Amino acid sequence: MGRVLALAIWIITIASVWMFVSHRWWFPEAISEHGPSVDRQFMITIIVVGVAFAAAQIGLGWVVWKYRDTADKARATYSHGNNRLEVVWTVVTAIVFISLAVMGQRVWASLHLHAAPAGSYQIEVVAQQFAWNIHYPGKDNTFGRTSTDLIDDSSNPVGLDATDPNAKDDAVTPTLVIPVNRPVELILRSKDVTHSFWVPQLRFKQDLVPGLGIHVHFTATKVGKYELACAELCGMNHYKMKSFMLVLPQSDFDALTKLSQAQFQERKGQLLDSYQLPQY
Amino acid sequence: MAEATHAEVHRHEPPKGFIRKYIFSLDHKVIGIQYILLALTAVVFGLVMSVLMRMNLTWPGTNWPILATLFPTGAPGGVMSDAFYLSLVTMHGTIMVFFVLTTAPQGGFGNYFLPIQIGADDMAFPVLNMMSFWVTFVGFLVLILAIFAEGNVTVGLWFAKLGESAWAGGSGTVGPIGGWTGYPPLSALGKIAGPGQGAGVNLWIISIAIFCIGSLLGALNFITTLLNMRTRGMTLMRMPLTCWAWFTTAILALLSFPVLLGGGILLLLDRMAGTSFFIPGGLYVSGATVPLHNGGSPLLWQHLFWFFGHPEVYIAILPGMGATSHILSTFARKPIFGYRAMVFAIFAIGMLGFFVWGHHMFISGMSPYSAVAFSILTLSIGVPSAIKTFNWLGTLWGAKIRFTTPMLFAIGFVSLFVAGGITGLVLGQTSLDFFFHDTYFVTAHFHLVMGVASIFGMFAATYFWFPKMFGRMMNENLGKFHFWITFVGVYAIFVPFHAMGMVGMPRRYAQFGEYEFLKNTHPLVMFVTVAAIITAAVQLVFYFNFFWSMFKGQKAGDNPWEATTLEWNIPSPPPHDNFAGVVPEVYRGPYEFSVPGAPKDFMMQTEPEAAEVAASLGEGSGNGGNGHRH
Repeated sequence: MGRVLALAIWIITIASVWMFVSHRWWFPEAISEHGPSVDRQFMITIIVVGVAFAAAQIGLGWVVWKYRDTADKARATYSHGNNRLEVVWTVVTAIVFISLAVMGQRVWASLHLHAAPAGSYQIEVVAQQFAWNIHYPGKDNTFGRTSTDLIDDSSNPVGLDATDPNAKDDAVTPTLVIPVNRPVELILRSKDVTHSFWVPQLRFKQDLVPGLGIHVHFTATKVGKYELACAELCGMNHYKMKSFMLVLPQSDFDALTKLSQAQFQERKGQLLDSYQLPQY
Repeated sequence: MAEATHAEVHRHEPPKGFIRKYIFSLDHKVIGIQYILLALTAVVFGLVMSVLMRMNLTWPGTNWPILATLFPTGAPGGVMSDAFYLSLVTMHGTIMVFFVLTTAPQGGFGNYFLPIQIGADDMAFPVLNMMSFWVTFVGFLVLILAIFAEGNVTVGLWFAKLGESAWAGGSGTVGPIGGWTGYPPLSALGKIAGPGQGAGVNLWIISIAIFCIGSLLGALNFITTLLNMRTRGMTLMRMPLTCWAWFTTAILALLSFPVLLGGGILLLLDRMAGTSFFIPGGLYVSGATVPLHNGGSPLLWQHLFWFFGHPEVYIAILPGMGATSHILSTFARKPIFGYRAMVFAIFAIGMLGFFVWGHHMFISGMSPYSAVAFSILTLSIGVPSAIKTFNWLGTLWGAKIRFTTPMLFAIGFVSLFVAGGITGLVLGQTSLDFFFHDTYFVTAHFHLVMGVASIFGMFAATYFWFPKMFGRMMNENLGKFHFWITFVGVYAIFVPFHAMGMVGMPRRYAQFGEYEFLKNTHPLVMFVTVAAIITAAVQLVFYFNFFWSMFKGQKAGDNPWEATTLEWNIPSPPPHDNFAGVVPEVYRGPYEFSVPGAPKDFMMQTEPEAAEVAASLGEGSGNGGNGHRH
């Protein structure tokens, strides 16, 4: 029995480690400035985790194999432990775990403990049950005034105030369009319940909380079309709350944001069709 | 120090009537079994729901005729609706966390064995003990009522008479659809937020609130009993590690459940009394502005919920750790490795568990500075967890292992605890949470560690203590079969969850077909479902073994496992007052196995003599042992 159990534990260990080592199911390609750092930190962590996991399981299998009850064995060793080993083990794990913890703050700090860099392009994201509304400031780079009372789901999803001159050139569309290699600052809001902004390739996720305007920033580094999903349970059609993020060359992006509302929508549609999703 | 209370022989006679003996019993043993039976009932609901979820994820749009009959609105034509799926998610989580993982380990085995293991004739407050079970039971009934209130149109209409928005029912689901975490505003807005948000949520909150009260009563009782009712010689450091685990768990429950209770009441007030604790102003939901609410904070709920929710994880698993330590030592025929370190570790895990709730909220919108503090504290919990693992391996080192069914499950616990716990090092880092938050990587982590590992601890405990509770052995062959399929099965289910998390699969999605980036996970989804169905089906073997052995199992003696602690000194099953009026006296630590020179390879805690052995034990014998002999 002991030997069978040891083999079972070892086989499970090998299969589990293989699943990670094979890279068959892995991150999609990172397309943000901080993305590769997240991936690197993950690699360091998963190596520590993998070694510790394998060592513990192999060790468990080994003691189970070696110390099974056999007729020729007299009695088990009488021991209450070993304080020196205990201290060494505790200190070693504490050093490793705390180091990982400190390293694991680096990317987080670079994004969240600093304000958006000067020259970031500001876009407002307004989530609602099962749709994304992306609000662009337009040519004047100033957001028009909005009000809950003016919201109309079909014609004015963010409640833009038409009497505000700043609102005249604002565009609202489900697609998030951003320039490549330029910091983007998103202002995240929600009209109803909590949602979460999630683009796997960006290595970025942030809740959108009703009542709060959460400022976040990142820089995309690769032109293309990516899926935007909701990652916080928001109601029955949660999984259908899908849109796209389009990362455009700076020139295309500039041209787009200078268009009037109607032209913006048309041009955006053309661009969205012209890009393909990454191959998975 | 131990209190010597009853010097003379003083017997408590068992009650005579059926109702006082088996229903409204004051006997901690009967109450413990009641808790175990409650968990065995609740887990059937939870397990069936998880299988239904897997079926929907793997074969979306399939017609399951039985669902068409049971839930004509939620599963029209037998096809599960998205709302129906989400209500399964919610109810599966709620039932499993509260009514399975909190009842059986603590209320069940803790109730039955804590008093016996410390040499007491019952809990400190037997009436409170009875109430804690029956309050919990009412909580369960209320939760089940949510299934009917939402799943059945007629019952739903009846509830709707209590108030149209907050109490609307009959949406066809099996309960609320907001997940077991019930984040407002979704959970606070009532009917306008979608199906299942009327009567389902109210009953869900009320059920949890009732559960909190039951758990509080239990926790008070555990702490008092352990501190005041230990028998002569039973110093704290001579207690079995199970008692340390139940004690720590009770402290966690005492400090965390009131916070959830408070949060639940506030949520209910937001829904029914027009308060705005969690609802901010200016909301626009389902085509209309939300009037009357202003100034609430959705994040406040998350703080209150997780201040409870994180300790709750340890409430679920600490008793499993205690049982595992106890059982490993017994069948290794070896003293536990580093008893003192184990006690400190279990306490450290429990206390640190109160300072890490923010790791559930890194991306919630709370201060990113506090996220850093929470993250570092979170990874430091890995240290006492690693001590435990190290000491379990140390206990098996140089052992003479008897591979009984409880031992197999205890070893399985160690393996699963490592597998599930260690990915906490990934998820606890703020920078990695950008990617992994709310993906299947999280689902993999907590199912392995707080779900499956805890359940393995309970399986180990059941096979181990069944002979004491019912006077008969469970069938070993069936038990081993149950172990092998379950052990391989749970790994087959939850290891692939990590792979799904690696590609970014979000949890709580009713379907994955909408997204290109999830395309290549389909074989994994299918594999997991097959594994889940097989593993779930094999649990029938456990149920059969449990109830069959109760009546037909081989008769067990007083001490079938040759174990050392007090429960093995008394008949199986124990008499009403446990020690038949005789106050047991304890002379040594709980895990004195293979003592050199002793006639047998185990020494009961009550064995007084053997002076020649005492000499060789040295200083370590009196305090559970922590010497340097190796």
